[in-house]
Amino acid sequence: MWQIITNSFPQLLAAGLKYTIPLTLISFVLGLILALITALVRLSNQKGFFYIVKAIFRFYVWLFRSTPLLVQLFIVFFGLPYLKIKGIFPDGIKLEPMTAGIITFSLNTGAYCSETIRASILSIPEGQWEAAYSIGMTRAQALRRIILPQALRVSLPPLSNSFIGLVKDTSLAASITIVEMFEVSQQIAAENYQPLIMYSLVALIYAIFCTVLSWLQGYLEKVTSRYISANGGGNV
Amino acid sequence: MLKLTSLNKTFSKQSALTDITTEFPENQTTVLVGPSGAGKSTLLRSLNFLERPESGQYEFNEINIDLSKPIANKTILSVRRQTEMVFQEYNLFPHLTVLKNVMEGPVQVLKQNKNKARIEALELLKKVGLGDKADSYPNQLSGGQAQRVAIARSLAMHPDYILLDEPTSALDPELELEVLKVLLQIAKEKQSMIIVTHNLEFARQVADKVIFIEKGCILYDGEVEPFFNSENKRIKDFVSAMTFSSIA
Repeated sequence: MWQIITNSFPQLLAAGLKYTIPLTLISFVLGLILALITALVRLSNQKGFFYIVKAIFRFYVWLFRSTPLLVQLFIVFFGLPYLKIKGIFPDGIKLEPMTAGIITFSLNTGAYCSETIRASILSIPEGQWEAAYSIGMTRAQALRRIILPQALRVSLPPLSNSFIGLVKDTSLAASITIVEMFEVSQQIAAENYQPLIMYSLVALIYAIFCTVLSWLQGYLEKVTSRYISANGGGNV
Repeated sequence: MLKLTSLNKTFSKQSALTDITTEFPENQTTVLVGPSGAGKSTLLRSLNFLERPESGQYEFNEINIDLSKPIANKTILSVRRQTEMVFQEYNLFPHLTVLKNVMEGPVQVLKQNKNKARIEALELLKKVGLGDKADSYPNQLSGGQAQRVAIARSLAMHPDYILLDEPTSALDPELELEVLKVLLQIAKEKQSMIIVTHNLEFARQVADKVIFIEKGCILYDGEVEPFFNSENKRIKDFVSAMTFSSIA
């Protein structure tokens, strides 16, 4: 058994480093950017034409939270090639597996994280906005200098949840022909007839990745909470 | 000079301020007093547009605003740069040190040089008796200290007016005293202030002018001593209730 593990471990780890980690990191960064934009649009108090923009973003969040991630992957990778629009996509939209994966994971993460960010911004007391406005800040300045730094602290644990969730969700990319870690473990298991060992091993590697991320979360929480931990609670 | 004419403000169809016409003289301290819910804070917050009155005329330096029309964002920002609010709950920025709280406005809004802003901020902190707290975070301060930082933060903007919304209501008497001393000092230096307070002893000491508000209307607007010696029954009752003189 030991030999099976030592033989396949490097292969799995290589797949993890080559596909799982880049897929996770790129998708999460893009997803976060999208999430921040979505949250800010949905929180904006602009009226008129902007209402339509808001509605579009609301629809986006609804769509990606209401359908299974696996189905989303299938639509983007297997479905879009059949979306033939004369003049724009005469041959349908054909995406590389990795591109399709990144697009889907980013959109999915963005939808979930936008709610996290929106809630964390809403959790900052109104008095902070008022104090910022009172020293003459614009809304953008107040957001950037006063609200978002505090919202970041609040949103770190739930955002870490999403990040760790995404690491594991990338295993679904196996179904759109990306040779990531889980796909490799399936291939090896098909050769050596050791599914228990292979799937346990790949589970262990996912667990290691996620544990490292949990440590990172703990560290970031410490850094962003310096001003709170100074004395716990108190006058702000 | 800050001047209001026929200002009206409603909250969901309930009138909060009715036909407010008054002025707030420069280099003087105006005190707003009245029972809870009378509209004092709403009036104060209307002065820098944290509340938006529906109608009336607003005059401030060269700015002249018809409140029944939309106000340009630029105008609001300009008013806010010249008026600073000190809140009952301090509202310090918890993620910034005391020093950075005071520097934030000058550096970010007035685009002052950082070193210059730092030197001035340290001087202001010394002035309010907190020279040694520059590197602390707000949650390491007592309420009295936090409020004095908030006062330093407002002074750092060199505002025409400082608006204080019940600045000592959240403090126990000892801490209140340390804040009031600072405010008396600032008043002596001819900083224009408008203070909402329930502390009539303090009001009597600091004020150059008193405005008494009840149910959204101004009942008294004038000099200090005549207010405290007023024969008007409502004012008399209010003053004696607030100074406990009716207990004896």
